[in-house]
Amino acid sequence: MQEEYKVRLDVFEGPLDLLLYLIKKDELDIYNIPIERITTQYVEYLELMQMLDLNIAGEFLVMAATLMMIKSRLLLPVEERPELEAEEEDPRWDLVRQLVEYKKFKDAALHLEFLEQRREDIFGRDGADPVLSKEADLALRDVGLFDLISAFNEALKKVKSEELLEIFAEHFTVTDKIEVLGERLRREKRFSISEMFRDMRSRHEIACTFLALLELIRLHQARAVQKETYGEIFIEAASGMAEVIPPVVDGGAPSAPPN
Amino acid sequence: MNDFVLPELKQIIGAMLFVRKEPLTVEEIRRVLTATAERRGGITSDFAKANEALIREAVDELSRDLVERKAGFHVTEVAGGWRLENDANCGPWLRTLLQKGRGTRLSLPALETLAIIAYRQPCVRSEIEAVRGVAVDQILRNLMEMQLVRVIGRSELPGRPWMYGTTQKFMEHFGLKSLDDLPGTDELRRMEAEQQALRATKAAEAAADEAEEPTEVEAAEDAEGEGEEGSFEREGMTEEEIVGADDSEGEEDEFADEEEDEFDDEDDDEFDEDDEDDEEDEE
Repeated sequence: MQEEYKVRLDVFEGPLDLLLYLIKKDELDIYNIPIERITTQYVEYLELMQMLDLNIAGEFLVMAATLMMIKSRLLLPVEERPELEAEEEDPRWDLVRQLVEYKKFKDAALHLEFLEQRREDIFGRDGADPVLSKEADLALRDVGLFDLISAFNEALKKVKSEELLEIFAEHFTVTDKIEVLGERLRREKRFSISEMFRDMRSRHEIACTFLALLELIRLHQARAVQKETYGEIFIEAASGMAEVIPPVVDGGAPSAPPN
Repeated sequence: MNDFVLPELKQIIGAMLFVRKEPLTVEEIRRVLTATAERRGGITSDFAKANEALIREAVDELSRDLVERKAGFHVTEVAGGWRLENDANCGPWLRTLLQKGRGTRLSLPALETLAIIAYRQPCVRSEIEAVRGVAVDQILRNLMEMQLVRVIGRSELPGRPWMYGTTQKFMEHFGLKSLDDLPGTDELRRMEAEQQALRATKAAEAAADEAEEPTEVEAAEDAEGEGEEGSFEREGMTEEEIVGADDSEGEEDEFADEEEDEFDDEDDDEFDEDDEDDEEDEE
């Protein structure tokens, strides 16, 4: 068996993205963030990302520390808080300000996205659309990273009770899972992410499958789509799906029969 | 020449647009009209008198005609010229005809970075990172490679970091005529204005501190700015290009709304599935 397929997925989202995601997900009030709850969730997602060995920025850890600091300050009775903060009524305020400002640009970015989509339907005289000279390789276009990680988290939670089964150490690799997923995509064209994780017995298998999915998306073989925010995520075969995946591994992967 | 009927100016321009892929400018149109008059003389010389106002008028009329007749394409102003483009709501069929998938789209982090640059330009990397709360160097590099962003100078801040701005290609990619087409411009611009005021005072202070520096600084700025631009085909936007031509703003958004809902979902589902069915049938 060849070496373990190593997925290097760069994460371009930052800690503020994750915080806004969590706030929006639970419909929290951005001006009155329940810091304890958000910190717990934040750390949970951070651990998931580390478990997946995603290439995350150091800023994620800084933010975790900041959150914990805010949390500890909030625990102190007002009169016992250090002098400096007496002026600043709420230790959360700096963070809130930053989040609110970022949110504005996120909204502006959504509008750009909308303009881009509309632009996509317009062609010039030669049928050419204005193409970006570099492939927009900034991965995970259709569904946010944190949405995917949420789905992954749910799958993990479902399996927790059956963790004992891991004793029968089935060995899964990302490479295998890329093949399995690719095969299934060619056959079914489309399935939901919960179907994808169904019947999986171990955390290991789920993690491998998830990484395989990320890799397929990165290689433009699969697309993750979501109809509504926080709705079910579906995996689809990308339009230009290759006959054989993965291209990176040599010597393995018997190719799929050509259709 | 027996059947020759003298065309109207708008017809001539329409015909020119029809055969031209690249945007056609007023100057080009005038040049063609004069050159033809010189070569052919006679009645064609009438058109040589057409000035910019007349040409613009003719284009407007042509543009209205095409829209009224629902010809499926229209005149659009882009990169300082005009060209023909299909109506956006016909896109799904064109994509089938041309066998095009979805175009290259930018990721949200990239779009956010672009948005920050678009509203705050000229801005340095640390400003962008302060807003996004995470390093953006790789995204920035990609955006530069895609020619959506370029260096437009150096800041007076310590370390004299690069200042970034959006390009003409950015405007084209998003179909913007001016930066005013961006939403919430007022609010986000106000911040920009504040920042510029801040920067101006800082610059003034710096200038006061080192009275001789500025000339040197400017020279370096020019030289380096130029070098950076060398790899980009398009010239940087001038202030006029960014601000100019802001007539038809509102209408764009209107039909865009419906289109988004109706087509985007449907076309992903139905059109694609139809295709797939066909393929399977063939097998």
